[in-house]
Amino acid sequence: MDLIAHLPALQVVIPMLSAPLMVLLQPRGLAWAGATVVALVSFAMAATLAIGVLNGLTPQYFMGGWPAPFGIALSVDAFSAVLLLIVTGASAGALLAAKPSVDQQVEEERQPLFYAAWMLAMAGLIGIVVAADAFNIFVFMEISSLASYILIAGGPDRRALPAVFKYLTMGTIGATFYLIGVGLIYMMTGTLNIEDMQNRIGDVTDINPILVAAGFITIGLALKAAVFPLHVWVPNAYTHAPHMVTVFLAACATKVSLYVLIKFDYLVFQSRLVDHDMQFALFLMPMAILGILIASAVAMFEGHLKRLLASSSIAQIGYILLCASFISTLGLSASVVHLFNHALAKGGLFLAVACLAYHYRDLRLDQLGGASTKMPWTCATVVICGLSLIGIPGTAGFISKWLLISASLQIGPWGWFLVAIILLSSLMAVAYVWRIIEALYFKAPVEGVGPQSEAPIQLLAVTMLVAALNLYFGFFPQVPLELATEAAGMLLEGAQ
Amino acid sequence: MKLLELLGYFNYWVFAIVLMVGLYAVISKANLIKKLIGLSIFQSAVFLMYITMDKVEGGTAPIIQKGVENQIFSNPLPQVLILTAIVVGVSTLALGLAMVVRIKESYGTIEENEILDAD
Amino acid sequence: MIAENAILTAIVVPLLGALLIALGGRFGPNIREAVTAITSISLIFVVWGMLPALIAGERPAVEVSQVLPGLSIAFKVEPLGMLFAALASGLWLINSIYSVGYMRGNKEKNQTRFYTCFALALSATMGVAFAGNLFTLFLFYELLTLSTYPLVSHKGDEATVKSARIYLGVLLSTSIGLFLPAIIWTYTAAGTGDFVSGGILAGKLSDTSVGLLLGLFVFGIGKAAVMPVHKWLPAAMVAPTPVSALLHAVAVVKAGVFAITKIIVYIFGVDFLFDSPNSGWLLYVAAFTIITASVVALRQTNIKRLLAYSTIAQLSYVVMAAAILKPLAEVGAAIHMVAHAFGKITLFFAAGAIYVAAKKTEVHQLRGIGRRMPWTMTAFTIGALSMIGVPPTAGFVSKWYILAGAFEANNLVAVFTIIASTVLNAAYFLPLIYMAWFEKEQEGAKEHGEAPFMAVFALCVTALLTLAFFLFNGPVIELESQVVKGLN
Repeated sequence: MDLIAHLPALQVVIPMLSAPLMVLLQPRGLAWAGATVVALVSFAMAATLAIGVLNGLTPQYFMGGWPAPFGIALSVDAFSAVLLLIVTGASAGALLAAKPSVDQQVEEERQPLFYAAWMLAMAGLIGIVVAADAFNIFVFMEISSLASYILIAGGPDRRALPAVFKYLTMGTIGATFYLIGVGLIYMMTGTLNIEDMQNRIGDVTDINPILVAAGFITIGLALKAAVFPLHVWVPNAYTHAPHMVTVFLAACATKVSLYVLIKFDYLVFQSRLVDHDMQFALFLMPMAILGILIASAVAMFEGHLKRLLASSSIAQIGYILLCASFISTLGLSASVVHLFNHALAKGGLFLAVACLAYHYRDLRLDQLGGASTKMPWTCATVVICGLSLIGIPGTAGFISKWLLISASLQIGPWGWFLVAIILLSSLMAVAYVWRIIEALYFKAPVEGVGPQSEAPIQLLAVTMLVAALNLYFGFFPQVPLELATEAAGMLLEGAQ
Repeated sequence: MKLLELLGYFNYWVFAIVLMVGLYAVISKANLIKKLIGLSIFQSAVFLMYITMDKVEGGTAPIIQKGVENQIFSNPLPQVLILTAIVVGVSTLALGLAMVVRIKESYGTIEENEILDAD
Repeated sequence: MIAENAILTAIVVPLLGALLIALGGRFGPNIREAVTAITSISLIFVVWGMLPALIAGERPAVEVSQVLPGLSIAFKVEPLGMLFAALASGLWLINSIYSVGYMRGNKEKNQTRFYTCFALALSATMGVAFAGNLFTLFLFYELLTLSTYPLVSHKGDEATVKSARIYLGVLLSTSIGLFLPAIIWTYTAAGTGDFVSGGILAGKLSDTSVGLLLGLFVFGIGKAAVMPVHKWLPAAMVAPTPVSALLHAVAVVKAGVFAITKIIVYIFGVDFLFDSPNSGWLLYVAAFTIITASVVALRQTNIKRLLAYSTIAQLSYVVMAAAILKPLAEVGAAIHMVAHAFGKITLFFAAGAIYVAAKKTEVHQLRGIGRRMPWTMTAFTIGALSMIGVPPTAGFVSKWYILAGAFEANNLVAVFTIIASTVLNAAYFLPLIYMAWFEKEQEGAKEHGEAPFMAVFALCVTALLTLAFFLFNGPVIELESQVVKGLN
């Protein structure tokens, strides 16, 4: 029994237990340091787990030694390994860079509480990913949601408060829908363990409650994952949150819900319900397509930098969902790879936004003139991450776009229609990314506004690192690709 | 017979109605406190559903007593789950109320349309 | 092994140069421009050093990394690419010399950024030239677009930004919207995107699909400016003249027609395409572009815009020549890239020199300018004659080969187009030349002489090259004939 067997549990336990400790770290900067160390340790654990998964292990941990399905099991497979990397990576990256920006936005005496909430949010998100039990997923979901409400409302912008309230009501409705669905499945199968559900759901004779459950779970999670048209909470919540919180949440929060959605559907429903794959595809594909087109169009005409990026996130979620609805190995790999690559691109962009926001109060595009002369490095990272978002070759985004189009071509003549939509929205991405770039490089500075110098080196260094990763994974995407292919295989194996 | 069968699902009818009442309040009310009340009602409906399904006919509370054997228990698991869910619900409500307090402090109102007008 | 390293060196040298230029900019313009010159000279040595091996029949290739299964970044030297690389690297040196004269004479801002992006664009051009498969080609094609964007938008005022937006918008949207799906389709259908002699698609696609895929490629490669995706070229005229020369002669448009030729020869395969009934339309589109662009050029009053439309027409010569699908015509396509490059760069250099010396941009202002700027206008005349195709200039050689190919294929449309466009070319260039040499200057005109020495020197060199190519084209033709060896 080596250490790796305990990692799934430690992954959750360490950040969760560190949360109350943060509150005790009162002196200036200490809470930040503590949180960063914990996030880095979590990231190291996630990396170890990912390597283990690549070497063919499936780390599992049974709480209290009770075996599944009776006890609570935590398990890590290829799919969750990717998500773990995203969550812990986003958290570690954002925290490493966070200090200057958070010092500016959160009062010093409230910082320990802020970082405690951050730890709880991270613990919750990790918990969702490693939990093998449907009810535990609900609990972790609520832990992470409650903590992220606090994080979003933690900044100086009062408009964050109504945004959080909206997020809170919609998030709670989503989670409750999920709970109803889980209850119905439990009613019919008598188990909460996902693997066990998969085995027992075939014996259920009365299929109607299961269908209702599938509906509730899909809608509930789609709400939390900000799938179009259930995304209305996203733009305001992302826009008015403290900048570092936006980095963290935009990179991973909705993706984790998407993970549960995909995992539940493939493993529990598609494996046993006749024609469910068709229902799944036909239900989600139109939502994904509409989301891609409409959200991209909204982003094209959006004047506020953060809101523009938030709209683009909704479109990107559409991509992920679109590939998942193909129900093919290539489609699912594209989906998982895009989860990873989009986290990189959008994380980098929001980090750059945090750099800009260090000097600019107002982040509307017409206020950002003259940024390129005073903050050349920040602007360069915006360009690189923006290109990755568009999917220019040589960046991580291109890899997912390539897989996405290849997967669409596989599904026959209909695929051409989807390819056209993907390409159209890529062109829209060119348009909105270029609006940002023109604003940064060519707009005349507004008088009295604007930076005198670059962003703090700590913030800038992490931003540039993420930009570099966008390039690195554009040329060497082997690790995420291998994990994604394995994850796709696992999910489809369940579906057959 | 048909009617009886429908009536037999009495608890589930109540669950559905309460659920919808809560959801309606969340959607239609502009007052943030009323929205939160609706949200709580909405969550309570789910508790009712869980508790209903764990009932075993003739069963009693799942506590092992000395000297009593062959006792029929209600399923304890949903009860435990709902205990957890109640805790979650209470925390959500508390956090929601805290948000409302802060909204009141910075906007001076808790009516949604007035908040929207203020920005 | 040496040749393999040379490929990568050819891409890295300008990249390294860009870095050094950016650093050198801090130590003053002389250092920066010296670095530019040294970089371009080293690039010439690297690229031209590969020639002997290539003529001997070697095809050095190197794979850098496997990005996705079956999708790799790989390079391979073959005659078409070699010609393009040799041309671009050689003209870069001349262009750099000219740039020094032009940029200093005009007192432009941000010169360090200018030279840095120029070097980056050259690095991308080398990548395009030596690409061993479609994916690598696409990668560097996009890099070329992006690295030239700061050059086109160099001035940074509102009109420039707007034009640069058209430049980038057209090139990126065609490449993402059409070129990329064409590439993915090719990979899906053939399982590979490697450039192989004789093509990889034979027998893999239905007749309708061939026509469609060809369309995706031709219109997806917006840099070739086949109508209706030509709009970016006149828009990009807002750039400083050395950039226009880069766009028109050295790198960008050449990358476009080069890519189309390469795809026709190595992806479709000339024979396969010739037998396919649905590929004939390309010839008509190209012919239409030639005639229309020439007619539009007739009506231009701005010198640079006139040259831009002339370029659009000349590019479609290459596309049309490739679309004739006969060996002689393919050779003609390759040679026309060179001939047009020499001629057009001379014309642009001359237009830039006129702007620097006299601040004149319109055609009618050229009255009598020949007496004030005899060197420049002599070069301009040579360039214009080459565009028309009059011996003894380079343009005559390539037209000869294209015509020969057209007769070989019994393609009367192509023959007619060439004749008609020659007449049109003459109709818009000859009056201009006449005006410059034989008409009287307006009264009270500004006194001015020649442009700075560096600029005049550069344009004289390219004019001489235009003449020299008429006489010494043997090695080039021999090299390019290797491409079509074994075709009927």
